Amino acid sequence: PGAARRGKYLPDSELWGVNPGVLSPPRAFFWLVSLLLASLIWFISVHLSDREDAKLQYGLLIFGAAVSVLLQEAFRFAYFKLLKKADEGLAMISEDGRSPISLRQMAYVSGLSFGIISGMFSVINILADSVGPGIVGIHGDSPYYFITSAFLTMALVLLHTFWGVIFFDACEKRHYWCLGLVVASHLLTSGLTFLNPWYEASLAPIFVITLCTGLWAFVTAGGSLRNILKCLSCKG
Amino acid sequence: MAAAVGRAWGSRRMEVAARSCRGSLPAWWGLLRGLLLAVLAAGSCQGNSVERKIYIPLNKTAPCVRLLNATHQIGCQSSISGDTGVIHVVEKEEDLNWVLADGPHPPYMILLDGNLFNRRVMLQLKGTSRVSGLAVATAKPSPPQGFSPGLKCPNDGFGVYSKDYGPQFAHCNKTVWNPVGSGLSYEDFDFPIFLLEDANETQVIKQCYQDHNVPRDGSGPEYPLCAMQLFSHMHAVTSTVTCMRRSSLQSTFSINPEVVCDPLLDYNVWSTLQPINSSGKVDPEKEVIIVATRIDSHSFFWNIAPGADSAVSSFVTHLAAAEALHKVSDVHLLQRNIMFTFFQGETFDYIGSSRMVYDMEKDKFPLRLDNIHSFVELNQVALRNDSVLWMHTDPVSRLNESVEVQVRNLLDILSNSSTGASVTLQEAGYSQPLPPSSFQRFLRARHIPGVVLTDHKTAFQNRYYQSMYDTPENIRMQYPEGLSPEETLEYVTDTAKSLAEVATVVARALYRLAGGANNTSAIQADPKTVTRMLYGFLIKMNNSWFQSIIKPDIKGILGDVPQHYVAVSSPVNTTYLVQYVLANLTGTVVNLTKEECLNPEKTPNSEKEMYEYAWVQGSLDPNSTSRIPYCVRSTVHLSKALSPAFELRQWGSTEYSTWTESRWKEIRARIFLVASKELEIITLVVGVAILIFSLLATYFINAKADILFSIPRDPGAVAY
Repeated sequence: PGAARRGKYLPDSELWGVNPGVLSPPRAFFWLVSLLLASLIWFISVHLSDREDAKLQYGLLIFGAAVSVLLQEAFRFAYFKLLKKADEGLAMISEDGRSPISLRQMAYVSGLSFGIISGMFSVINILADSVGPGIVGIHGDSPYYFITSAFLTMALVLLHTFWGVIFFDACEKRHYWCLGLVVASHLLTSGLTFLNPWYEASLAPIFVITLCTGLWAFVTAGGSLRNILKCLSCKG
Repeated sequence: MAAAVGRAWGSRRMEVAARSCRGSLPAWWGLLRGLLLAVLAAGSCQGNSVERKIYIPLNKTAPCVRLLNATHQIGCQSSISGDTGVIHVVEKEEDLNWVLADGPHPPYMILLDGNLFNRRVMLQLKGTSRVSGLAVATAKPSPPQGFSPGLKCPNDGFGVYSKDYGPQFAHCNKTVWNPVGSGLSYEDFDFPIFLLEDANETQVIKQCYQDHNVPRDGSGPEYPLCAMQLFSHMHAVTSTVTCMRRSSLQSTFSINPEVVCDPLLDYNVWSTLQPINSSGKVDPEKEVIIVATRIDSHSFFWNIAPGADSAVSSFVTHLAAAEALHKVSDVHLLQRNIMFTFFQGETFDYIGSSRMVYDMEKDKFPLRLDNIHSFVELNQVALRNDSVLWMHTDPVSRLNESVEVQVRNLLDILSNSSTGASVTLQEAGYSQPLPPSSFQRFLRARHIPGVVLTDHKTAFQNRYYQSMYDTPENIRMQYPEGLSPEETLEYVTDTAKSLAEVATVVARALYRLAGGANNTSAIQADPKTVTRMLYGFLIKMNNSWFQSIIKPDIKGILGDVPQHYVAVSSPVNTTYLVQYVLANLTGTVVNLTKEECLNPEKTPNSEKEMYEYAWVQGSLDPNSTSRIPYCVRSTVHLSKALSPAFELRQWGSTEYSTWTESRWKEIRARIFLVASKELEIITLVVGVAILIFSLLATYFINAKADILFSIPRDPGAVAY
């Protein structure tokens, strides 16, 4: 009976009580390092180029954002590899040959902490300045800057969480086309933010992407419509 | 078997749960610390791009600060976190109705045109709660009807006329000296008032107003609206008595004292024609003639006090007369000595002169009141009509025969000295009292014969007395176009020539008064010196002449727009410069090295008590960038100009000046857009709703996770 229960993807419902928060700071740190590297690359490229050329500087900014996305995904993959090793190690030293934390939980936590640190970095700056009496707009920017930044940050946090789940699952099952899709949607989201302040063109598609990615992550984690109906009927 | 395994699993689960609970706490704490650090870093990051998107700082402004005397506080006050209001531009009187009654978004921050900055408008604004602040744009050109925020009767109650002495002249009963005076500077406002000195910044504010705040079709303008925030929180309240009491309590009992106000203080500059022992006492038989002028001015706003006619014209003339007298060959043979005195703080109830009289009475000054033979004062001499200079005397003291004889002698000598010059001297007459002058403080102590020379007979000719419009244009200083700064420094204006003539007359009269017997036609004031002084004290302090005559370590003080407010940190630029200009004009260059010059007590034959030695940095060597410094020996001294009320700790004194200036932490101004209250509340409610929803959703998903995220198992496993 014990052997039948052994299996890496069996999300043991009892083990959901384990707080995987222990994993989030190292994950956040990985994201910070990726941001640091990306900004270093952008900074060097800006200094090596002509400061006066506005189009070139805009192009460099887009290039910097793309590099940042790729580096973040690369670090996510590196973290996945690290966690796999740790997981195997924990499984070896545990009494029954199973690691106490399932990989699905690790995926969720890693995505969430990634999202939290990324959201924090995008929004703390804006929050600190929103404390004063003024709003953005005296130089012609949109006066809805604060509320759209808040919604964008929320979408980003959710997206990172969903990408984390999908990414880890794809790496484990070696569905590399899923990996490519995650990276592509991250690049798309990052590119859409360049359309600000045309918020209809940037915020609405990003929310659509968030919804789709959420559904995809839900299915990957083992959910389905049947489960939802069962859950609702249980509650009712 | 299954039950045993189940029990083992249960205990294992609890162990793991306990371990993870303990382990998770430090992890979250680390994240929280990081979050706090990020918030602090972001908040303290100055000039980050989001802040630049929101605020436009206004850099070239001057605030109105709070001053206190024994019984009142005057000036302006803002809240401790600044006052914010929607901007409204008031260019004509009708615009005020929007602010006072019609406007739907009070409180308003008014941008007032300089021509409307008068008493009637200001009292209307003072009485309403719909105004949160005021920004005044300088009127260019100056208001033609005149503008003076000073009192109609300056320094009333601290001069010589009171109910015991010449009551018919007290409180300007006979002559109102400053009829244009509105007394605005002496009102107490509970909102901040700033002056916008830069026309470009005023234009930016008006543009923001046009874009966002203009009422359309009679109804109110839509949010977001353009708003302004002014910070000028003052720490002192009520009066000098209260704030000095609080400051002294703090200084006595607190480890980190929080002083709330400072007395206005500085230094008087004095110098004698024949050297005297400055640390000893002058022989009672030796007679001295005192020549006096004031060197300070004031306006409604802090550190804006050009004082062209009220102060600069008189002390520049005085300096030129001193230079002319020192060139006379038989100076050391004169029977009486002459003391050139420059009083600081006269605008605020005669701080400098009352202190000097007090020191003379208490024997703390080398001279005593008995030594004074006569007194000549120069007050506002630049705006003469038809070149007439009026001589004012005190009619009450002239009732005494001996004083009348001496005053008569004084007036005759002055009139005789003006023959041949283009200046006409006329007497103002018996029916006129003395105008506000430092001489009045000396008269309070002793009936000294004296005369005050001015360009006005009854009311001031100066229509911008103690205001920000008392500028070089007011005294008709005009330069031709296209001159370089060096050429402007040397160009002799008509104003300079006319002031030089006055200085010549004064110098010749003083020579005669001091007992000089020779022909006075050789005594001439130099218009070139006068024009250089006028340029330096009114237009640009940082010029080559001033730079060459000051000490090397204070050359950093030159550089601002010249102004002559007495302030609380001493000595101010004006005092320094008057001291060094007087030393340059009346002193001699001596051949001492730098060490000998800075330590004259070690040098034999230096007569340290009689002279002051200064090491000045000299002019630029023409071929290189270094200067050629040298040592100047002069009889120029500084004497402390702090009101005796603070020495005697009589903070409620009605006899001596009790003016103090409040302290403050930050003074700045900025403009930005504000959103409606509705948008702010919507944002908050939506945020809180999303937070609660996400917490509930996480809780429910967590609770039902086993149902939601299960992969279908083979039926055999269900049994476990």
